Amino acid sequence: MRPSAIRLLNILVPVKRSVDYAVKIRVNPQQTGIDTNVKHSMNPFDEIAVEEAAILRQKHKDAVKSIKAITIGPPKSVDTLRTALAMGADSAIHVEIPESAASPEPLAVAKTLRAVIERQNAAAASDADKIDLVILGKQAIDDDLGVTGQMLAGLLGWSQATFASKVDLDVAKNEVFVVREIDGGGDEIRCKLPMVITTDLRLNVPRYATLPNIMKAKKKPVEKLSPSDLGIDYTPQLETLKVSEPPSRVGGGKVANVDELLAKLKEAGIQAA
Amino acid sequence: MLRTSSKICRSAFTRSYATTPSPHALVFLEHRAGIIDSGSLSALTAAEQLGGKVSALVVGSSEHVQGVVDQAKKFKGVTSVLHSSSPQYAEPLPEVLSPLLEKLLSGADSSFTHVVSATSSSAKSLLPRVSARLDAPTISDVTSLEHDAGSGSTTFTRPIYAGNAISTVRAPSSIPIKFFTVRGTAFAAAAASDASEAEVKAVDPVEVADPPTVHVKTTIAKSDRPDLGVASRVVSGGRALKNAETFEKTLYPLADALGAAVGASRAAVDAGYADNSLQVGQTGKVVAPELYMALGISGAIQHLAGMKDSKLIVAVNKDPDAPIFQVADVGLVADLFDVVPELTEKLKK
Repeated sequence: MRPSAIRLLNILVPVKRSVDYAVKIRVNPQQTGIDTNVKHSMNPFDEIAVEEAAILRQKHKDAVKSIKAITIGPPKSVDTLRTALAMGADSAIHVEIPESAASPEPLAVAKTLRAVIERQNAAAASDADKIDLVILGKQAIDDDLGVTGQMLAGLLGWSQATFASKVDLDVAKNEVFVVREIDGGGDEIRCKLPMVITTDLRLNVPRYATLPNIMKAKKKPVEKLSPSDLGIDYTPQLETLKVSEPPSRVGGGKVANVDELLAKLKEAGIQAA
Repeated sequence: MLRTSSKICRSAFTRSYATTPSPHALVFLEHRAGIIDSGSLSALTAAEQLGGKVSALVVGSSEHVQGVVDQAKKFKGVTSVLHSSSPQYAEPLPEVLSPLLEKLLSGADSSFTHVVSATSSSAKSLLPRVSARLDAPTISDVTSLEHDAGSGSTTFTRPIYAGNAISTVRAPSSIPIKFFTVRGTAFAAAAASDASEAEVKAVDPVEVADPPTVHVKTTIAKSDRPDLGVASRVVSGGRALKNAETFEKTLYPLADALGAAVGASRAAVDAGYADNSLQVGQTGKVVAPELYMALGISGAIQHLAGMKDSKLIVAVNKDPDAPIFQVADVGLVADLFDVVPELTEKLKK
């Protein structure tokens, strides 16, 4: 008997447009949020997620049937999707919300992703067209919540591998071996597809999109959806009362040499153990 | 759509004073081979601040659970200890633990209003999964909280944008169970008391047939030094340490002289000078020791996010314009390869 046909993977990579990691943010005077009139780029953990999808394709060739990027955000978020397309995604979905709308909460994002996955999987003619792997960043560097991937895995009842620093896909066995970063060390797990992976910084080094790829990305398809197409309500569950500046620290000045440094330590009551 | 309508009904009900349930927190108490994690002790303190009952949940393999239960019931403020043992619970796999928590929280006799844990790697993996299944958000890395018993709402503060802004959010009574993880350095550890009146109750495990995830192995980086997350002194090194050997040779004697834990910047970890688990920052550990020594660390936003609540920050850097000097209480512009050995020598005297 011939072995069963090799599984084809369809990877979904959610990405978020966030304030660039190098920007020193400023709280707005109304204390409702931060000044967003600054440079934005793709959330760094999401770049790692896109890169990992591209690496999986390089390693497993035709076994990776499609890589689809998705974002939920204002019209400008399309730039983030183009970046993902230039890095190796084949197509993208933009769930568009108004410029003025607040960033959706992770649970609503997870429900959107579930809706997209269920829509595609219900329409799939065969298993070969179903989304079976979602790779997300472990957290967005703006809200720092780090919960969306776990929520999505919970909603779908799928296996989850958070804080992944190594991903080994075994297409024939339908399994993924993942090394995770945990407090104090590392954790190795074996997961069955379909599954959700969230990326740690050490998973890979994202590539730069080359100019030809950026040009090609402009021709790749971006499907536009509205929250109502998916039946998702973005009304926040939580009420943001205030965003404020953290208490600022003032540098205490410099000392000239080690003896003065030691004197300062002594003053603070710190001595050798 | 369904959710919106049920929310409206609920708020109509909870408006009446008498129907607001008094707070009852379920604390996911973590332990490694029977030793309670220090972060969980901070979670107990945060739970107590809600002003109601506090139940601790202990799960694990049968060999460790009993010992943890005996410790847990002695903590101040703990009103009951729930425990569940199963060979499946030996490793905290979210796919396996989630059904147990869902059962506990959605049972008809459940009175839980809050689910609390440390912001640890295992709780960060588990809590959002459970909360999504119960249609509730998870509020991560909370630094302070206040519960309003009258309205049944809880207000939390938490850092956003790598600690460069503090967000104050209210979880209204329309969220019947509020999930949150707490930043260990923002809450004191719960203290043990002799008088224990906590009720101890066994909970049947929920066996998961054929779980989609299997644990293979855990590797914990061993060290004789204090644990980075709870150490009162931390000596941290950055890219300037050149390589793993000089990192060890330069930093470890000073750390030992001070009885300090060793930390590292992302640059040092990425370059392989130090283990990943030592990374301090937005994506690594958040520390707030009495003394934080930043050696050869420039002080990028992402690093400052993990240490700027330290009591005394000492920085040694060759570059007088390094951003670390803007937050350091004591700065020394010098080559750390000259300064650190001298400092170590003089400390020992």
